[in-house]
Amino acid sequence: MDWSFIISTTLLAAFGIEAIVFGLAAIGLNLQFGYTGLLNFGQSAFLAVAAYSLAVLVSQMGFSFWVGILVGIIAAILLALLLGIPTLRLRADYLAIVTIAAAEIVRLLLRSVTFKEWFGGSDGINDFSRGFYELNPFPIGRYTLGPVSLSQDQLLIIVVGWTLVGLALLVTWLLVRSPWGRVLKGIREDEDAVRSLGKNVYLYKMQALIIGGVLGCLGGFVYALGRQAVNPDFFGTDSTFFAYAILILGGAARVFGPVLGAIIFWALIQGSDVILRSLIDAGVPVFSLMTASQAAVIRFILVGAGLMILMIYRPQGILGDRKELALDAR
Amino acid sequence: MPDSPDAGSPEPTVVDRKAEAVAALASVPRVPGAPKPDPILIADNVVRRFGGLTAVDVDHVEIQRGAITALIGPNGAGKTTFFNLLTGFDQPDTGSWLFEGQNLAGMPAFRVARLGMVRTFQLTKALSRMKVIENMRLGSTDQAGEKLRTALFPFAWRAQEKEITARADELLTRFNLDAKREDFAGSLSGGQRKLLEMARALMSRPQMVMLDEPMAGVNPALTQSLLQHIKDLRQQGMTVLFVEHDMDMVRDISDWVIVMAQGKVIAEGPPDDVMRDPAVIVAYLGGHHDKALTASGVSFTEENEA
Repeated sequence: MDWSFIISTTLLAAFGIEAIVFGLAAIGLNLQFGYTGLLNFGQSAFLAVAAYSLAVLVSQMGFSFWVGILVGIIAAILLALLLGIPTLRLRADYLAIVTIAAAEIVRLLLRSVTFKEWFGGSDGINDFSRGFYELNPFPIGRYTLGPVSLSQDQLLIIVVGWTLVGLALLVTWLLVRSPWGRVLKGIREDEDAVRSLGKNVYLYKMQALIIGGVLGCLGGFVYALGRQAVNPDFFGTDSTFFAYAILILGGAARVFGPVLGAIIFWALIQGSDVILRSLIDAGVPVFSLMTASQAAVIRFILVGAGLMILMIYRPQGILGDRKELALDAR
Repeated sequence: MPDSPDAGSPEPTVVDRKAEAVAALASVPRVPGAPKPDPILIADNVVRRFGGLTAVDVDHVEIQRGAITALIGPNGAGKTTFFNLLTGFDQPDTGSWLFEGQNLAGMPAFRVARLGMVRTFQLTKALSRMKVIENMRLGSTDQAGEKLRTALFPFAWRAQEKEITARADELLTRFNLDAKREDFAGSLSGGQRKLLEMARALMSRPQMVMLDEPMAGVNPALTQSLLQHIKDLRQQGMTVLFVEHDMDMVRDISDWVIVMAQGKVIAEGPPDDVMRDPAVIVAYLGGHHDKALTASGVSFTEENEA
């Protein structure tokens, strides 16, 4: 078996574009769900509106890269307002229903034949990232970091991505340790109690939804620029649930939970894939019974089983506090 | 540990607020909707219907400033609904009420609380996964750091946070919760949660405190201390309105009692007068409880024969 290949592939998954995209999505969810208790099941829609704003403005309308980013962020804010205004006065489950439906509407509009001219239908859009890579300060060449070798463009997106993750973590950390963050935690525990103490609960929930959506939408930009393409089917419900799995794996309501979760989640997904493939290629008895495409499915079964075991023995996630979780069951 | 009457107040006050309240209410007529000499809250024509059921139908009621007023009545009388309406947690079909001369009808609950009328809940709402001290800090109003634009800059709210923490610690000591400061609120006992909820409400420096069944689920050992805390509120100049079922407690601490039945105010007066009021006895026990059994037996047979 080629261990250096296994290790480099796993490392690239753990610290590459996927981990950054889902890390950012989960950081946004952490503010919404972990701290405020808002069940946003449409996080992938926030990534979608950001990624497509950038792609459409640059490739179809000829605007610059920065205009695309700005419009993408505004689109995420508008989406949060659109989802929040009718639902945040209602009980928490209504937001869940509305967001999951809205995310599917966004995805279906993006891949619809009617708007193919604008959004590229199910093929997506793929000629918008030049403006970003032209800004690349790294000279052309290969960059070797330990066992991983990257092109100057790969290096750029990873550096930019982790910088964004760092900034998102800093903002989250500053917010949740402030009195503002204390109000959010109060709302998660009991919003009527917080209301009785003179706080405008609706406003706080809206702010949390918007900030969480904007932090998540940064993941949409990283996805679009890293792949140099946008495709509507990436923004389905499974992306939202990957982000939830990552958040719960790392530990909800912990600042570093989502990032740790994203690194481990993608290391497991990619790592188990390459290990299984290597075992098949090496003709190891039992494993040679399955094909490489079967192995791609088996790894999800393995990761799913792993997550179940984690939920049973460590329901609070890796960084969570069990005592805190136990209080809920009173 | 028996508390002295002045426990917690910085200097012993000579004014006896109970005597003051009783004297002020002495000349008030013992009729439903009686006008008070110095009302802090005046409600008019407050009606709340749930489908065909009229849960609250209060023509007129006034609450005396600086007194402890009890709101009693049999189950389903509409006490808690009336409470929810007054504090903005529910909206009435008709009606208006003035708190300190300001109309609160249609005002959201958080604004009512900011005006100085705070409430507690029948089912205690301790914020379980937050520490006791964090529960307390949350109670303080007008915090600069609770605004999003200042939250990111700790230097803008750190001084105020310190001041809030000092006040929170003072209240925790008064309510004997200082040992629990760093514990999660969810780990407190039922009675301690009641104390925490009351202390947290006081963080906002209210003028009027509304307590919904403060004694429900509190063990007898804590009852006395809780009662003393409520009396202390009056001593510090606050107005208290509370819903309660425990008649001994009502008799012990209230200056004035308002009785509700089937959504209406049916009687008012000092505790001892109200408990002798025939209308109140009827509301609690039913209409014919005090007649001789033989008489009803006779009428029963007579009816049968007829």
